[in-house]
Amino acid sequence: MSWGETLATAWEAVRSHRLRSVLTMLGIVIGIASVILTVGLGQGAQDQVKSQISALGSNLLIVSPGSSTDSSGVRGGFGSASTLTLSDAEALADDEAAPDVKAVAPVTTSNAQLDTASTNWTTSLVGATTTWPEVRKREVASGRFFTSDEVASGAKVVVLGADTAAELFTGRASPVGEKVSVGGTALTVIGVLESSGASSSGSTEDDTAVAPMGTAKALTGSTSSSLSTVYVEAVSDDALPAAYQEINALLLNLHGVTADEADFSISSQDSLVETANATNKTLTVLLGGIAAISLLVGGIGVMNIMLVSVTERIREIGLRKALGATPAVIRRQFLAEASLLGLAGGVIGIFIAVIGAWGLPGLIDQPVSLSIVATAAALVTSLALGVGFGVYPASRAARLTPIDALRSE
Amino acid sequence: MYRSGSIEFEALRGVDMEISAGEYVAVIGPSGSGKSTLMNILGCLDVPTEGSYRLGGEDVSTMSEASLAQVRNRRIGFVFQQFNLLPSLPAWRNVELPLMYAGVTKAQRRERAARALERVGLGDRLENRPGELSGGQQQRVAVARALVTEPDIILADEPTGNLDSGSTEAVLALLDELHAHGRTIVLITHEHEVAERAGRNLTIRDGLITADEPVLAGGGR
Repeated sequence: MSWGETLATAWEAVRSHRLRSVLTMLGIVIGIASVILTVGLGQGAQDQVKSQISALGSNLLIVSPGSSTDSSGVRGGFGSASTLTLSDAEALADDEAAPDVKAVAPVTTSNAQLDTASTNWTTSLVGATTTWPEVRKREVASGRFFTSDEVASGAKVVVLGADTAAELFTGRASPVGEKVSVGGTALTVIGVLESSGASSSGSTEDDTAVAPMGTAKALTGSTSSSLSTVYVEAVSDDALPAAYQEINALLLNLHGVTADEADFSISSQDSLVETANATNKTLTVLLGGIAAISLLVGGIGVMNIMLVSVTERIREIGLRKALGATPAVIRRQFLAEASLLGLAGGVIGIFIAVIGAWGLPGLIDQPVSLSIVATAAALVTSLALGVGFGVYPASRAARLTPIDALRSE
Repeated sequence: MYRSGSIEFEALRGVDMEISAGEYVAVIGPSGSGKSTLMNILGCLDVPTEGSYRLGGEDVSTMSEASLAQVRNRRIGFVFQQFNLLPSLPAWRNVELPLMYAGVTKAQRRERAARALERVGLGDRLENRPGELSGGQQQRVAVARALVTEPDIILADEPTGNLDSGSTEAVLALLDELHAHGRTIVLITHEHEVAERAGRNLTIRDGLITADEPVLAGGGR
């Protein structure tokens, strides 16, 4: 009997017990769909982080106050210590001391409530200098960015992110020239930033208000000279390591500390992506593991039903043997049935995963990116589950003696 | 000696017999006499625990299960009391089953199955499933299945046990006809009227053959 005929016979058996076949497949369907979706969610999260971070610019270094030497987190205070000052930023901008540094954008960040006559909106208020648009790779969509004079004088002006402008000035063609007030101080909106388009879901990049640094400090009542972050643009991608070394040496020297005592940390896009991905990966592995267990349970379900099927069809097996089916043929037939159930479960599972990947992002605000590799692997796995868990029932069927099988009622 | 599960009992004791090619033999005996065991051994469905069985000169009592399956497929056609048709398959698909295991191509199988069904008078019932046929028709499908491979021997185990008298006559007439065409037929029954159609009657009781006699009026009808 050829493989084609074996498969056709197996397909008939699967089809003639429709309900049972569907229930048998259910475990595999759920398992495969959840494995593909969890891997897709993990992949989607990684892609999202990657695109958000790469929007920062690939030749960007981020200097943060405090130190975080390694992932063990022994040295805390990352991002919260006040060890980075405006004079540090100015020193980094020096062409002689740091020839590989192209531009430096010191930044203070705080939360502030912006009021208009009709509404208010809480956003992150960024205090910056004129280099900010260049280093952060941001464009002004309408109006203009503030000038160095305005920075020097602490002018009461602000540039809004696209989302912030939309929240505060709904329906207005352009908010340029309008007033917003922060804690009673009125600021004139002089520009709106181009949307960063870094990601589909609510990026903070577009929900922001940028003011001259002195203005921002005055508004939040901060008197210290400390910075939240210093963004440093290297002259090129290749100059990134050199720029890193220069910044490191300069700041250590300025702060009078050794490398072990460093009170700042420098990270690049790559290291940020890595950190974020490590977290995502842990989650994906965890969830994927749970999904894989459900797949295993699904496989055991196939074996269970196949064993029931062997018992139930004992007369059929006996008859087929009496008519000349060898044990090998019977074994193949039941193996083919289990494989078909596994494979069909896999195909349906993939179908459901595709529907899920299409519908889920809208529901849970998380991107899902299905990978061809994971899908192919799922298909192979479902087939392997069918074969693997079909072996025992199939050999049970093959071992039945025709006379015992025929005699049973 | 025949083993059934953990209980051992002797279903047949010292049966020594020979059936020649082309004979029509009826094995008669009450239930529990060992006639089913004899039929299973004759049909290569089972092997004797002691002694030997030679089929067409071949000792089949030492064969592997796979070889036995091939012997059954090539040389023996079965007709059972319970018909044993697969309910999900139409008549012709039931009839073609032995051909499928013999490796005959699909087109040939369909043609030969149709011819076999015509021979038993069911040429217009190819696509009917067993559930749509009467008991007599189902047994005729089973006879068609038994003869489709042109086997040397047709083994019929109480083939009329579940049939009314009209259907019984039709099935027995078919067996007569097959015998007339040179098939060896072994019929197992407990009804004497049925046994009388055979050329030779073997009576079996408590695992022993108690009588082996020709039927003067039978066989040739």
